[in-house]
Formats: sequence, C-alpha cells, structure tokens
Amino acid sequence: MDNQRLTLLSRIQDSDIYFSFTKSPTAIVSTIILIIIFFCSFFVELVAPFNPFDPSSLSLMDAFTPPSWSKDGVAKFILGTDGQGRDMFSTILYGSRISLIVGFSAILFSLILGVTLGLTSGYFGGKYEMIVMRLTDVQLTVPSILMALLVDGIARGIISKELHDEMAIYVLIFAIGISEWPQFARVSRAATLVERNKDYVSASAIIGVSNIFIMFKHILPNIMRPVLVIGTIGLALAIIAESTLSFLGVGVPPTTPSLGTLIRIGNDFLFSGEWWITFFPAIFLVILAFSINLLGDWMRDTLNPKLN
Amino acid sequence: MFQSILVMLVVAFVSFSLFTFVGDPINNMVGEETSDEERTELRENLGLNDPVYVQFSRFVVNASQGEFGISYQLRRPVSELISERLPATLELVIISALIALVSGTLLGVYTGINRKGFLTDTILAVSLLGVSLPTFVIGILFIYLFAVILGVLPSFGRGEVVDLGFWSTGFLTTSGLKAIILPSVTLSLFQMTYIIRLVRAEMMEILQTDYIKFARARGINEKSIHYKHALKNGLIPVITIAGINIGTLIAFSIITETVFQWPGMGFLFIQAVKFVDIPIMSAYLVFIAFVFVMINFIVDILYYFIDPRIRVKSEAVSG
Repeated sequence: MDNQRLTLLSRIQDSDIYFSFTKSPTAIVSTIILIIIFFCSFFVELVAPFNPFDPSSLSLMDAFTPPSWSKDGVAKFILGTDGQGRDMFSTILYGSRISLIVGFSAILFSLILGVTLGLTSGYFGGKYEMIVMRLTDVQLTVPSILMALLVDGIARGIISKELHDEMAIYVLIFAIGISEWPQFARVSRAATLVERNKDYVSASAIIGVSNIFIMFKHILPNIMRPVLVIGTIGLALAIIAESTLSFLGVGVPPTTPSLGTLIRIGNDFLFSGEWWITFFPAIFLVILAFSINLLGDWMRDTLNPKLN
Repeated sequence: MFQSILVMLVVAFVSFSLFTFVGDPINNMVGEETSDEERTELRENLGLNDPVYVQFSRFVVNASQGEFGISYQLRRPVSELISERLPATLELVIISALIALVSGTLLGVYTGINRKGFLTDTILAVSLLGVSLPTFVIGILFIYLFAVILGVLPSFGRGEVVDLGFWSTGFLTTSGLKAIILPSVTLSLFQMTYIIRLVRAEMMEILQTDYIKFARARGINEKSIHYKHALKNGLIPVITIAGINIGTLIAFSIITETVFQWPGMGFLFIQAVKFVDIPIMSAYLVFIAFVFVMINFIVDILYYFIDPRIRVKSEAVSG
C-alpha cells in the first residue's frame, strides 16, 4: 500500500505535466488563488466571520457600512455591508459557494453527456454518428446564453411557480450543462476516431472484450487530455453563465444569492454611491474566472503538444 | 436556398411545439378569480383547442407574415412590440459589430506584425482579461466610471430618438449618439478579443508563407506587403467569424440591454422569459434563426467574391 502511494507520487513528479507546472509562474499563482477560493467557499462556515443568512446576527443599523479602510468604515466589516446590514465579505463567500456548485455540476453534467455521445459516436460511426454531429452543429450556432435562457424559460412553463424556487438551482445546472455539451462531444469524438484504429483497440476486440468495456476502460483514459482542457475553460464559462443568468434575474432565487445575484442587487445602489455592494462580488467573480482561464490556457499549451 | 427554408421550418416547428405543449398559457394570462367559463371562452378565442397540425400551419402562415399572436403579459400584438423594439437592437448590434471588427482587425494586425514589444504584450494581456470579464460586469464598471464618477455619458435608455415612421433612430440626435457609446462598446469588447486573436494568428501564419517571402525578395516595401498582400488573405476567416458574431451579438445584447435598460428586443425577451410570455419567446427564437440563416447566406456569397479559389472550384463543379 505504502509502496504504491510512493510510486504514484514519484510518477507525478516524473511527469512532464508536473515539470511544466513548476516552470510556469502563472499556473502556480492561479492554482494557489483557486485553492484559496475553493477552500474558503466550501468551508465557508469556518472562514466567514458572519453568517449573513442568520437574521439574528443582522442589524439594520449596520446597513450601508463602507469598507473598513474608508472614512466611515468599521473594522469588523472588512468589505462593508449591504442594504440589510449583511457583511459583504461573508456574503461573497457564501455566494461563491453557490456559483461554484452550479458551475461544477453544470460542467460535470455536460462533460458526461458530451463525452458519452462523442465517444460512442466516434466508436460506432454510421448514421448514429451523423445525427450526433448534426446536433452539435445546430447547437453550436445557437449562442449558449440564449440556449440557457430558453431552457430556463421552458422550465418555468413546466414547473409550477411554488416549486420553481426550490428547483431553480437544478434547472440552472441543466440549462447551463445542456448548452455546453457539444464542445465535449466534438473533442472526444475527434480523439476517439484516432484511438479507435490503434492496435490495442483491435487487440482487445479480437480477444472478445465487449464494446462498452473497450470504450470506457481502454479508450476513455486516452482521450481525457483534451477533454480536461475543454472542461477547465468550460468551468470558467459555466461560472460566468451562471452569474449572468442570476444577474438577469432568471438564475438562483434571491434567498440563496450567488455572485451574479449579489451583483444585480448591488447594481441598484450604484447611483447612490454605495459602490462596494456591487464592486466586490464583481471583482471576486473576475478573479475567479480569470484564474481558471489562465490555468486552462496553461493546460492547453501543456497537454496539447500539437499546438506548440 | 432550399436548405435555409428547411432550417427555418424546423426552427419554426421547434419553437411552435415547445411553446404549445409547455405550460398552460391561460393560467399565465388570467388571475386566480377568473371563472372556468371565461377560461374556456378565452381558450376558444385564442384557438388553443384546434388540432396540432391546424395550429402549426396557422403558426407558419402567420409567422411568415410577421404575426406571432398577442403577448400574454402585455396584451398587445407581438409584431407591434417587436417592430417597436427592433430598431434599438439593430442599431446597437451594428455599431458594436463595426467597433469590434475595425478595432479588432487593427489591433490584431498590429500584434501580428510586431510580435514582441510592450504594446503587443499589453494588448494580449488585456484581451485575455476581456474573455474573463462577463459582459454585465464590464457594463457595470463602465456605468460606474463614465456615468457616476465622471458623469459624461448617460447610463440608461436611448436618449432622444427621431421617428422616421417605420424606424426610430437615435443616430440623429446628440443625446442618442451619446447614449449608444457605452452599451455598444460594452457589447463589442468580448467579440473584439476574439477577432484580435484570430487576426493575429492569421497574420503570423501568412507572413511565413512563400508568396510573402517572394514579395520581400522583389523589394516591395513592408507596409505594402503587410496591408496589401497579407491582410487580404488574413481577412477571409474574419468574415466567417464576423457573420457568426452578428448572431452572437444579438444574443448577447440581451445582457447589455438589461444592464443599460436599452429598450430593445433583448430586454423584451428577458421579460418574456420571466413571465413565461410564450408568443414573444417563440417570435424571438424564429427571429434569431432567421438572422442566422440570412447571415450564413450572405457570408457564402461574400466568400465567392473575395476568395477566387472558391469561385474556381464552384465553376469547375458546375461546368
């Protein structure tokens, strides 16, 4: 057991990915930022100084406190408070958890859907492949934000109003996930087409290994590199899509605000001078998306030797 | 041409069927206290009791004449609402497409020719940041900077518009022109970053080709090589991208219009999504599909004129 772990660690240290990682300052910095953000968001109860959703801890007297370094700032509210006296710093961390959950779930959903369709269509070919590829063509012409809005609108029609607030987060995950899958399908199909003709696949087929086993056990690990690149960049897109939908008011309900909802709420106070209510969630969102994009850029350069 | 019509029919059927079978429009229109008889009567008046194929053929016939029924929420004909809002959106989209194309190409050419240097590095870094900045955040930052702090540009609406009968334009008044600056720049930034990267990659590739080397060997000056020989070929993919971009710009104008309270179609659509206003949603979907099909058609024709290789190929096929 111990021996195995050691080999895994040394395998990681020997790999070209690890080598390129240690040589790329942007990759290291963005990874550190992301680890901090992920940690703070998922253990938000431990990190955040306040629980903004516990009414007993709120006081309207604290409302509209500016950030701590400005003239009227208070030290305990680092980034100030919003219109209900909620600490902005804590609210942002709680909001970022919602954004990350939706972003990760949506991208996982579209990854599973897209890779399954791409892998099977690349492997089996024929009419099935043609239909899947036509579908991706059609969907790629529709901008994903429009697709997500339409799915959301349809879901509103199907699900009753009372249920909708509870279901909103699942609807959102589905809406974003369904708008991103064609990318995964295309990439995994293209990679499968290359792998399918290799000897190890023919060898497995000859000794009677089932199609499903060949696809998911043998081919899948070999096509994961490009899929991971698309997945990383897709995560940034999904987080931006979530916050955009929430900003437009069709995302998560205001009772569990995500970063986009916070920006929308803060936007109303922009003209009365309370800039921090919308500014900090927006900056936080940009840092999050930017770090993921930088990491994705680095991954694309490292994992795709063809592009070098 | 035949293909375009087929695509339109499919989209029409999708938008029709989705919105016919989704939810109960009557429930969305009337209040709690409406009696069952009134509901039945309304249902009959709106033709919701007819068989599906009758409803669909009526939908297609009406849609081709620009009729999409009456908005559930606003109680006005959708065609009227759309034609009211259409000029605002189109003006916004055209201006931002121009901004994105012109400045994107210029910056792309510059960074493609000067591969190293402070200005190139800055442009590329900013363009990566631009991809990470959601459109609405850019909009809010602009509003805060130019409208709240500096107070030089308006942050919402179209300003004064001049009604030309069939078209209301904001181009003819100073306040209208001022009002379009922030939303159109906001909308164009995202597309601009794409065009910069695309043109840059194209230029770098083309400058390595033999015909450029030959032009250099002939002693033609660099400026003429860059702008006359290289740029011409570099622009071909830009046309495709620009075509797709106009569709994307219309879709993204939903966000920009919400941020800047621009009275266009996107603003109308987002309200429709919130209130499940099905006629508006389906009209918008058909409209977008129509724009996409038209743009593809135009881009194909443009290719024919710009790229002689395609012209030769298609003549060889037909002849």
